[in-house]
Amino acid sequence: MYKVSLKNISKNFGKQTAVIDLSLDIGNGEFIVLLGPTGAGKTTTLRLIAGLEKPDSGEIEINGSFANDMSPAERNVCFIFQQYSLYPHYSVYDNIAFPLRSPTHNFTEEEINTRILEVAKMLKIDHKLKNKATLLSGGEMQRVAIARALVRQPLIFLMDEPLSSLDAKMRDELRFELKRIQQELGATILYVTHDQTEAMTLADRIGILQEGRLIQTGTPREIYEKPLNIYVAKILGSPGINILPTVFFNYKSMPEKTRYIGIRPENIKINKEEGMEAEVLNIECLGAETIALLNVDDNMIYSLLDSKDIDIKENDIVHITAEEKNILFFDKNKNLINNT
Amino acid sequence: MADIEIKNLCKMYDDFTAVKDSSFKIKNGEFFVMLGPSGCGKTTTLRMIAGLEIPTSGQIFIDDKDVTFLRASQRDIAFVFQMFALYSHMNVEKNLSFPLKMQHVKRKEIKERVLEVAKILRIEQILKKSVNGLSSGDRQRVALGRALIRKPKVFLMDEPLGALDAKFRDLMTKELLLLHKRINATTIYVTHDQMEAMSMADRICVMNQSEVLQIGKPLDIYRKPTTRFVAGFVGSPEMNFITMNGHLKKGQSEVIFKDLRISVPKIHEDVSEDKVILGVRPENIKIDKNGNISGKVISVEYLGSRQLFMVETQLGLLTARAHSKEDIQNGSNVVLSFKTETLILFNPKNDKAIKSDLYEDSDV
Repeated sequence: MYKVSLKNISKNFGKQTAVIDLSLDIGNGEFIVLLGPTGAGKTTTLRLIAGLEKPDSGEIEINGSFANDMSPAERNVCFIFQQYSLYPHYSVYDNIAFPLRSPTHNFTEEEINTRILEVAKMLKIDHKLKNKATLLSGGEMQRVAIARALVRQPLIFLMDEPLSSLDAKMRDELRFELKRIQQELGATILYVTHDQTEAMTLADRIGILQEGRLIQTGTPREIYEKPLNIYVAKILGSPGINILPTVFFNYKSMPEKTRYIGIRPENIKINKEEGMEAEVLNIECLGAETIALLNVDDNMIYSLLDSKDIDIKENDIVHITAEEKNILFFDKNKNLINNT
Repeated sequence: MADIEIKNLCKMYDDFTAVKDSSFKIKNGEFFVMLGPSGCGKTTTLRMIAGLEIPTSGQIFIDDKDVTFLRASQRDIAFVFQMFALYSHMNVEKNLSFPLKMQHVKRKEIKERVLEVAKILRIEQILKKSVNGLSSGDRQRVALGRALIRKPKVFLMDEPLGALDAKFRDLMTKELLLLHKRINATTIYVTHDQMEAMSMADRICVMNQSEVLQIGKPLDIYRKPTTRFVAGFVGSPEMNFITMNGHLKKGQSEVIFKDLRISVPKIHEDVSEDKVILGVRPENIKIDKNGNISGKVISVEYLGSRQLFMVETQLGLLTARAHSKEDIQNGSNVVLSFKTETLILFNPKNDKAIKSDLYEDSDV
């Protein structure tokens, strides 16, 4: 049985369509990430599952039961927002205890205590339990907010860019922990973000949203290696995929209807003599890797290289090749031509 | 075009030290990035250079002129904030020309300069449009244009890309860099994002807890961090830190933990501590059947062009990085080796890097 099952859901706000005919099944213990730019319908989807919005058409099933008419409280889902909202006058402990002390549950203080200690340890805030919530750093506050959600042991966690207000370092750290905790608990999570790195590292499956439509779902590897179309190909990967006209390279295996070819930057190799001539416009050393921006006949091409292999500098003339098996071919509608 | 020199700059708010005795020089035309976690003092430093805060002590020079107590408007700098403010009742052209009108520049010259800036930023075709209908990218270009048009000596930018989508931020990073190459104005850029710093900076200045810890070229900061903080802050995923036995002698080129010997660059000082910390970056851990570190893969994270995998070893949990084409199975047993010439040792007493061959050519 699926934890949550969406069947042909649509939602409009006046003339604005937010979600169009969206179907998605979320299995027990799955970590699903919805990825798309601002306005793609990510947050609306979460709000529909939470019961904060009602769908215009379609069915929502939660734990096997028809849920369109259930109140948010009846759904036993838990929402975590970008802005952690803690009770500022409470200690960390009381903040986490709050949902458990609600009259709908019948927990003894002892049970509550056991649960809090367990969760606090998991999130590494057990030494901060007596602190006031306002005296914490941003990262710690979000940890408390996550802890408060975890103690409730809901059916599914709905997370709306929970890491985006943290600074980069904290984000990396908490992202890693979130994945670890999810696996430890076997929690079911639907997570939305516009950050492809988050999606790739967290998700069991990624769902790509474009203007309210769920256009592709699959494991990070499936979506990266076999994107439905150029739009999807561009969403994953940093630096982004190079999309070039067909005149560029001449490949034997190129299907006849090919109009565009897509080459990931890591598959562009820089050589001394072999291949097409390119001018090095810019070099970015990111530590482990280096990104070279190249100009080939007025097309900008990114190449991602291991830093240790680099002996080129700006304004150099180099030669580039790309291995045939790593190339994606797209037709005139920008859809991937499946040649396997 | 300007050189900037900061001498013993210090800022206190009551008992709280926001910036502790900082000194550094920024060369003409340099893209200088100040990097650190929130609250480290980077924005306060920038605001003092801008003239928005008065230092408690110390001096600031722009082109050898002491500007420490000059007003912001007399310093000939342009400040670009995280949130771009445009005049919403004016069109793009008027937004651009406004700073020049305030300076009573002749109308003909204003026109020329607006066109020049619009061309640089590729917004010529939207000059007559209202700023309200613009995409966030174009709004950002207009705001940059308004800073550019004054031809200031120095650009100060406080996380100008912080509020943007990840994808769009990448794009604007590239644009800012190309723009910088073209106009070559001295730029000081503040960010907490180490990736942004690495990709944009000529030199990075890493701050933590009100103190400047290290200044250097991105790759030097990455490969030769002088403190454990810098080593950990720069690079993602983070460097692995492993506890090894101490009591090291000058000239030694090996460290030991239990029965495991790890070769390191030859060290140049005696270390009397019981333990030292070995730092190894994820990309410098290789699956190598001739290695001597064995372990079990407990997770594999696919990142597209590469993959990260975590290995439980006799040295503890290690994060390693490999090309995504390499076949690494979760749950499998692997043998690893470290790339000797990249390894760094830290003294746990003060978290400073222990002098070694690695640091030979630099002034640590």
